[in-house]
Amino acid sequence: MPEVYEPKIVAFFCNWCTYLAADLAGTSRIKHAPNARVIRVMCSGRVDPQFVLDAFARGADGVLIGGCHPGDCHYQEGNYKALRRVALLRRLLKQMGIEEERFRLEWISAAEGEKVKTVINDMVEKLHALGPRVPACRKEVA
Amino acid sequence: MRTGVYVCHCGTNIAGTIDVHALIGYAGSLPGVALAREYKYMCSDPGQELIRQDICDYKLDRVVVAACSPHLHEKTFRQAVEQAGLNPFYCHMVNLREHDSWVHADKPAATEKAMDLVRAAVRRVKWHVPLERRQVPVHAEVLVVGGGIAGIDAALTLANAGKHVYLVEREPTIGGHMAQFDKTFPTLDCAACILTPKMTAVKAHRNITLWTYSEVRQVEGYVGNYSVTVRRKPRYVIEKLCVGCLECIQACVYKQAKVPDPFNLGLSKRKPVYIPFPQAVPQVVAIDPETCIEFKSGKCKKTCVEVCAERNAIDFKQQAEIQTIQVGAIILATGFDVFDGARIPYYGYGLYPNVYTALEIERLVNASGPTGGEVVLRDGRKPASVGIVHCVGSRDLHTNRYCSRVCCMYSLKLAHLIKEKTGADVYNFYIDIRAPGKAFEEFYNRVAEEGVVFVRGKAADVYPAGNGDGRLIVQAEDTLLGMIRKIPVDMVVLATGLEPRADANDVRRLFNIGCSGDGFFLERHPKLAPVNTFADGIFLAGCCQGPKDIPDTVAQSGAAAAQALALIDAGVVELEPNTAHVLEDACSGCKTCLPLCPYSAISFVEEKKARINEVLCKGCGTCVAACPSGSIRQNLFEDEEIFEEIDGLLASAAVGGGPVRIQGDL
Repeated sequence: MPEVYEPKIVAFFCNWCTYLAADLAGTSRIKHAPNARVIRVMCSGRVDPQFVLDAFARGADGVLIGGCHPGDCHYQEGNYKALRRVALLRRLLKQMGIEEERFRLEWISAAEGEKVKTVINDMVEKLHALGPRVPACRKEVA
Repeated sequence: MRTGVYVCHCGTNIAGTIDVHALIGYAGSLPGVALAREYKYMCSDPGQELIRQDICDYKLDRVVVAACSPHLHEKTFRQAVEQAGLNPFYCHMVNLREHDSWVHADKPAATEKAMDLVRAAVRRVKWHVPLERRQVPVHAEVLVVGGGIAGIDAALTLANAGKHVYLVEREPTIGGHMAQFDKTFPTLDCAACILTPKMTAVKAHRNITLWTYSEVRQVEGYVGNYSVTVRRKPRYVIEKLCVGCLECIQACVYKQAKVPDPFNLGLSKRKPVYIPFPQAVPQVVAIDPETCIEFKSGKCKKTCVEVCAERNAIDFKQQAEIQTIQVGAIILATGFDVFDGARIPYYGYGLYPNVYTALEIERLVNASGPTGGEVVLRDGRKPASVGIVHCVGSRDLHTNRYCSRVCCMYSLKLAHLIKEKTGADVYNFYIDIRAPGKAFEEFYNRVAEEGVVFVRGKAADVYPAGNGDGRLIVQAEDTLLGMIRKIPVDMVVLATGLEPRADANDVRRLFNIGCSGDGFFLERHPKLAPVNTFADGIFLAGCCQGPKDIPDTVAQSGAAAAQALALIDAGVVELEPNTAHVLEDACSGCKTCLPLCPYSAISFVEEKKARINEVLCKGCGTCVAACPSGSIRQNLFEDEEIFEEIDGLLASAAVGGGPVRIQGDL
């Protein structure tokens, strides 16, 4: 059976905005690519850079963090902390040779079900072009 | 480890896309899984009973329910687990519906994703520990923000139930938009006759503290324990002393009123000292510092003060007052703004004198309005023909996509009233007639039988007839006749839609809630929780949540009052235990966490260790992620739990043993 690469994305979604946006995409039946797997956290500020590194280490082709828009964080400022951490983490990932498009931070509000689709579809498209992060990790097509 | 995995079909919602049977087979093969079951509706009573029975029969110590979003049923399943004697936090949900079956068309891919998610959950839940919910007392007072019909009704319901209510309204009087209406559909009840007794009841009620001309400035705290700062704006009149005799208005040095009156939408004028309308509650005047001569030059004769000599109620030195109150629940009833007709230039609002908005006509029709109830053109003549244009700023890709729900009915009402008062020919240009409520369709029939003409076509243009008499042509394609019609009218009425308040986005940030895509405040769930928000203890009533008519507004405000009542009467509220705590042995005292907490919940004790105040902690987890030594832990979102979830999701991605984990063992 030929092996076809399907990128796997680990997505950390904050409970209040992004997770709800993904739920809204669900209730609105907005179809999108099946490559993302969501891990729910209460706030994007909970996302430890080690989570991102572990995801890449375990074979994720892309990592996405979803948080509330600046100013809208349910906990006031958590998303700003996430923003700061991501700025530093990007430099670390670059030094490790992980391409920029593999790691994204997106602000998605609870009303933006459409945006969940466009972000995931866009990311999948870019990851297809980049190929798998660890060449040996290929997914078998059933 | 004896984990029970339950996969819900949710009818065909999940089972129609995901191969549930294969998923069960896979789940059952995972290490630590004692059993895996499927059922059509896990959230139903028999579904929950399955879990309870299995916990007893098979001594399960962990439960994974793969079904809909945890936002819907996490509480349901945790409760079921608790009833069987297992700690509720040993139960974890997997979102197979909103995040999988409903959004992916590729069935094998959706099933594979489901397997990844279930595997991750099984690995995560192994690390769960028993937790207890925190209980906090609930303050017995309620804040209602907004004094329109929604806020008034909610306040009265709560006050009658014996609760103390603060009703805060930003205008100098309560009443809201309803006070501007003349007759209400479909019964043609007089709005003032229904509203003013309620307004009076609010003022008289011993359980209601009415603060008009006041705004909420800051909200702190959490459900049951909100601390709200209110700014009471200065009206330059001492409320307690003013008896509402209105002699100051008579005596004002402005012999003629010069300031456009916002209550009459600029169709009439008022003086700098004014009362918004004669039945205002409280019956207290206000002075507008923007137009009062005393404020602008300091050199006014102040005849108003002279005439109020006995009571001395006027105080030009009055300052704004800041008050802070403690409440257990908050109801937002801040209402709507009317769509600005000028945003659709081809309808000619603001360009041609005899194009009006519906609310302006409402004021004309009103006996206490600027024309004493006469429907007249700008030059005082009665119109012989009137065109009413539906869906202005509604159902429109260029402005608002939603239907404003009330405009068809009020257009029918205005058609009826205009015809009654003037005998004019009335034409309604509509897309659809929406008459869903009780007695609404019958009202439509009545108005049609009275001879109002209905043209089924969205008005495309309004332009002058061009023969010097100020008449306008309304042009529309009559889709039933299949021809373009150009109907000359004396007056055009734009059925403008409802919009969120201009500052809705700022207001909702104050209360830490969200707005939906259309800008109205976001409800927790349109069917299961239409008056709740995602901030516990904050409820919605009326048009601030979405356009609706008065019957629906009153019904919703009753619902909001009931929710607030339920919270307060319960006396205590249980908070999720997802707080953070410091393992003091591991804390190195680096103080990285201290400035990160938005709630100042972290303090530095004995010059050595960080400590988190559990009552203040809201569980965002920011400090947990920041701690360099990993000595801050968050209940329900432990590092181990999340790492296991990540590893579980990706286990099929790895070939062989997979790459080595980068950080050290925890």
